[in-house]
Amino acid sequence: MINVNLSVISLVSIGEHPTSGRPRRAEQDARAIELGLKLVGDNLHILHAGQISEDESQQSALRSYLGMGLSEINVLSMLEKADAVLPIAEYLIQQKPDIILTGVRAEKGESSGMLPYLLAKQLGFGMVTSIADILSIDKVNQQAEVLQALPRGQRRKIKIDLPFIASVDMAANQPRQSAFGPATRGKFSVTLGGTFNDLEPSIWQTAKAKKRPKRLKIIKANTAAERFKAATAKATGGGGKMVHGVEESAQAILDLLIEEGIL
Amino acid sequence: MSELFRRDPRAQAIARNRLHPKHQRQDHSPVYGPTGLLRKNLHIIGFIGSNGLKRIDRSGASNTDQLGSRRSVSATNAVSLPLHQVPEPAFYILVILDLVSGRLNGHDKDTLGLAQQLANRNNGGGVVVTVAFGELKDDSLDKAGVDRLIHLEGQQYSTYNPEQRCHDLQGIIDELVPQHILLPDSINGGGDLGRRLAAVIGQRPACAVWKLNEETVICRGSAGRSDITRPLTQILLVMEECAEPISETLHEQLLLPQQPSEFTRNKLFDQGNTSVDPNAITLGEAGFILAGGNGINDWAKFHHTASVLGATEGASRVAVDDGNMPRDRQVGASGTWVTAQVYIAVGISGAIQHIQGIAQCDKVVAINTDEGCDMVKRADLSAIGDSTEILNRLVELVEQRKQTMNESTSNDQC
Repeated sequence: MINVNLSVISLVSIGEHPTSGRPRRAEQDARAIELGLKLVGDNLHILHAGQISEDESQQSALRSYLGMGLSEINVLSMLEKADAVLPIAEYLIQQKPDIILTGVRAEKGESSGMLPYLLAKQLGFGMVTSIADILSIDKVNQQAEVLQALPRGQRRKIKIDLPFIASVDMAANQPRQSAFGPATRGKFSVTLGGTFNDLEPSIWQTAKAKKRPKRLKIIKANTAAERFKAATAKATGGGGKMVHGVEESAQAILDLLIEEGIL
Repeated sequence: MSELFRRDPRAQAIARNRLHPKHQRQDHSPVYGPTGLLRKNLHIIGFIGSNGLKRIDRSGASNTDQLGSRRSVSATNAVSLPLHQVPEPAFYILVILDLVSGRLNGHDKDTLGLAQQLANRNNGGGVVVTVAFGELKDDSLDKAGVDRLIHLEGQQYSTYNPEQRCHDLQGIIDELVPQHILLPDSINGGGDLGRRLAAVIGQRPACAVWKLNEETVICRGSAGRSDITRPLTQILLVMEECAEPISETLHEQLLLPQQPSEFTRNKLFDQGNTSVDPNAITLGEAGFILAGGNGINDWAKFHHTASVLGATEGASRVAVDDGNMPRDRQVGASGTWVTAQVYIAVGISGAIQHIQGIAQCDKVVAINTDEGCDMVKRADLSAIGDSTEILNRLVELVEQRKQTMNESTSNDQC
């Protein structure tokens, strides 16, 4: 279902491995590229805001997107601490894309997940979060149908006006592997982004995440008897109902399913 | 006070001993006649025994009402919490709740707890204004810390319409000028709405806040790998367990009347949920699991039951080892830890590794032939009997129910 008339831009960032902390291909961004490749094939436009680092591992992380079968990545060069929203918005206004794909949240830095929302505000586009798939695109009516991922594996179908921004959830299709050859052959085309400094984070203190304390079970007892009961009572495991017989059992299970709203 | 029966041995001894100087005083009301003689009312002495005859117990042992034995009555009264009132609010804290299926969940309660902390610090005076969209089934909002309630109802709120909600909130914020705006940073809509709102009103939110200090908050950054300590912001998207929920005070829950705002520039249109193949849902995420174990003889029947019920299939280790189910369907310590709302274990005796794996399930149903097995001890409902027969009957009942529902809907259409 490759649509040639469609212009899709996918925004990529450098991810961070959750255990080793090494730079890597960001999981959600890779899924966004996978979705973009499904929509427009080789016409997919990739944008990265940041620097092309001299650091080998940083660069190979960015190159691993190229290894998914792309010929080039457009880089808006800016300092790592700069505010990326305005330069990206300016760039996107020039490109006039129909669909902009991003991840839900970055894997390093503040990772607030605000970027797609801020871009949507700047560009006046519609914004849909955590999508799993784009089902159909109707260029005539300027509408698309997307599938949004909900908790518990549920999916919601949403119609959205073109052009729009979508953030891609982990529920989307797995990204293809990155091949080494295309990754090394791919090119970066660098343009100068603006220099909007983001001053606020400079006063923040960042530390490695501490383990959150487990919530204590607070026992509110006014009398000694209640405290004693709370301290000595066994976990209520025996509260279960027991039924015998086929008919009664089936009926009891059915009632429970209806009560829980499953049927 | 507890409802314990308390005996007063001293009073009982006095009641038994008619020569005790205090014995007389225990009588209810000594009645003296016109001449000053003590009159005894014979009717109130004694009691009617089980054979219908009047008995007088001279020992006094059975006459417990007057014997200094008392039952405390305060325990039967409902616990009345102190009412927290703020007649003249100094400032507002706005809370927008998720209200999944119209009810408060733990995340909502924690958010309200944090909002109350913000409202009551530095001599207090703040008021927590809560915005609820759509249907509201929960009647415990006053106990969860809601001082004022804005309830926006209407057809449009039963669907996913973040743009309309965001527009409504803008109006409310312009009116109240809240000091802080709190939303649960959840996948149930709070995270999305909060970010939308932050983008529209041009405020930088603090996302994934998990702790409030004096004037700073601690947020999770780098997708959960770092802690960022930053100054308190106006918009806070808070994580679960960021604060203790309110439990010791009752709040006013005054309704502030508010109408949905006019909004027609929708770009998103909700088309409703799509039906999902239950077996395409990963086991850890599934809400309804039918798991089979060693006790199942007829696996074809098991798969059929799962498809009729619309359940995701799971299995115990034995069923997987025997080759009846694939490895990725294994529930338990060496498989997947599940979080289902309803978990039906068919023919699973309940090894400790399996019980660990289902620890977070809400309702567990066991179908087993053995009454004494561990799964039955864990289960909220246990059906004792042959699993194949019970599943057959269950499938019949469910199909009957579906049929009657179809008929009723088709009748409605005619």
